[in-house]
Amino acid sequence: MKFRKNALACASVLALGAGVAQADPVTVGLITTLSGGGAGLGVDVRDAFELALQMAGSDAIHLVVEDDGQRPENAVQIADRMIQSEGAQILTGIIWSNLAMAVVPAVTAQDVIYVSPNAGPSALAGAGCTPNYFNAAYQNDTMHEAAGQYANTLGYQNAFIMAPNYPAGVDALTGFKRYFQGTLAGEVYTQLGQTDFAAEIAQIRASGADSIFIFEPGGMGISFMRQYAQSGVDLPIISAAFTFSQDVLPAVGDAALGVINTAEWSPDMDNEANVAFVAAFQEAYGRLPSVYAAQSFDTANLILSALAAADISDLEAFRTAMRAADFDSVRGSFRFGNNQHPIQNYYAREVVSVDGVLTNRIVGTAFEDHQDVYAADCAME
Amino acid sequence: MTAALLFEQFLNGLQFGLMLFLMSAGLTLVFGVMGLINLAHGSLFMIGAFFCAAAAGLTGNFWLGLAAGMAAAAAAGALIEVTVMRRLYTRDHLDQVLATFALILILSEGTKILFGPFPLYLDVPPLLTGTVDLGLTPYPLYRLALIVAGIGVALGLWLLIGRTRLGIRIRAGENDREMIAALGVNIRALYTVVFALGAALAGLAGALVGAVQSVQVGMGEPVLILAFVVIVIGGIGSIRGAMVGALLVGVIDTMGRFLLPQVFALFLDPSKASGAGAALASILVYLLMALILVIRPKGLFPVHA
Repeated sequence: MKFRKNALACASVLALGAGVAQADPVTVGLITTLSGGGAGLGVDVRDAFELALQMAGSDAIHLVVEDDGQRPENAVQIADRMIQSEGAQILTGIIWSNLAMAVVPAVTAQDVIYVSPNAGPSALAGAGCTPNYFNAAYQNDTMHEAAGQYANTLGYQNAFIMAPNYPAGVDALTGFKRYFQGTLAGEVYTQLGQTDFAAEIAQIRASGADSIFIFEPGGMGISFMRQYAQSGVDLPIISAAFTFSQDVLPAVGDAALGVINTAEWSPDMDNEANVAFVAAFQEAYGRLPSVYAAQSFDTANLILSALAAADISDLEAFRTAMRAADFDSVRGSFRFGNNQHPIQNYYAREVVSVDGVLTNRIVGTAFEDHQDVYAADCAME
Repeated sequence: MTAALLFEQFLNGLQFGLMLFLMSAGLTLVFGVMGLINLAHGSLFMIGAFFCAAAAGLTGNFWLGLAAGMAAAAAAGALIEVTVMRRLYTRDHLDQVLATFALILILSEGTKILFGPFPLYLDVPPLLTGTVDLGLTPYPLYRLALIVAGIGVALGLWLLIGRTRLGIRIRAGENDREMIAALGVNIRALYTVVFALGAALAGLAGALVGAVQSVQVGMGEPVLILAFVVIVIGGIGSIRGAMVGALLVGVIDTMGRFLLPQVFALFLDPSKASGAGAALASILVYLLMALILVIRPKGLFPVHA
């Protein structure tokens, strides 16, 4: 039975191959989270990637999408299957750092290219960097470094800082502290998936802080902000984009208004690529794109630009074309550092309401041409 | 650390415990009366929150949403009982776990298909926004209302089980299933009613908590795990045990999260202390459960002593 299925698949692949003889599309496997609590992020990544292919009108990519359910073991299996039975030569799509760590080293060791549209764990940016891994989003620490830097700009002296107790949460607080020059009124690790923040809010109330830095992505941030709004504590909040991205803003509601959050992109950025992207995304899906969507859109265009310049069968040439990053990024300027992570600007955004829809607007710049600290440990030139 | 902060944290623990009680009461009733392990109880919590958020969004009225959330959860509970659970009463507990786990997946994906993958917005009703001054500290009015609601439901449940005909049947069902069937009580209908009642309580908890939490797919599972801890501590099948267990878990979890990092800070640097404290706090309720199981293997208030 299995043999027959395989034989059939082979036959259909052959038939397909005969049909498009001139340039076979390269199979790109998109592994992302489409079910469970984190599905909103993955849906944005998938939708933006498909939109980019559609807008480019290119048939250079054959896209295969699969749901990892936010489980590392699923992601590993899907990656194996995509490479072995679907012949994927490029993989992308993973949202979460723990899933990326499970998939990326194994995949890149097989000379398959992995392009990250979101996760940027430090282990892959420093000594663990590899020529087959490209990060088209950010290195995890940098978003929070930008928040620390901008907290100085805003004159905050005494911050209460908080993140979930898992590697990305530790990276977040480390990143913030690396640039923040004031003192800490408190440093709290919450539980991953925590839904009730009353105990932490009571501590904030008693701490004497003049500001709060939080990294609570997804549902945790929604819960925290809704409870914070009811608590009567009224300190300014600064954060990285994840906690105040377009995917969660409608659920947080007006409690998010005025919050400063840092990111390398914002829907109001006034460059040609971004204006076209935001308009097309709204037209196609009836909602504003999130930062995850923007990163995924760039990832797709980056891959397309490299495929146009080089044949992937010559891996060395293809990697060189990827490193050139010759595409119109929705972030304006975009280039890779030696560790194949971006060197880019980081902006401070404020949550505002435009025609009744909550969104982000750029209010300042935290860093220009900022590179992650781990790049120095990467052996690549 | 001040008395005001301790007092506020105690109230937080109380409120968290009472919401856990709403979840555990249904779970323990269903286990006590029908001998059924229902992993999908968390999904009923989620259904309550989603229907509340959707109805409140459509009508602009939180109270209508609350009613819709409870009704939807009760209806889903009754439907599940009639279509799935009935086939499981005579089966092994492992079969029940397998089937109700499948229900979690089906209900989660069903909710996603119905409401979309993005979290929903549910606001606190205008009547209950802001804070009240409790002398020592200002406290969110909505959380205070949750405490009152939790106590109210607990009292109502106590009256229902202690003072009504339905309550007599439920207690009889816990003690001897075959005997009350032989006495002419329609045991099938009783099971459906008990299951729907438990589901309605879970839906109520979901809807109430949904106003200060993220209403999203999978929101029920973390609460479900704690609810199981609560009923194991309290004694499986005992409503009184669920109450005591829920308050213990609520207060100890809240206090642990707040006090343990401070204890560790006495001999570690702040960054390490908050990490170590948070790690220990997250397992504190499970340590409590293990300790109680060592001392009283059937929980604090065993039903079948």
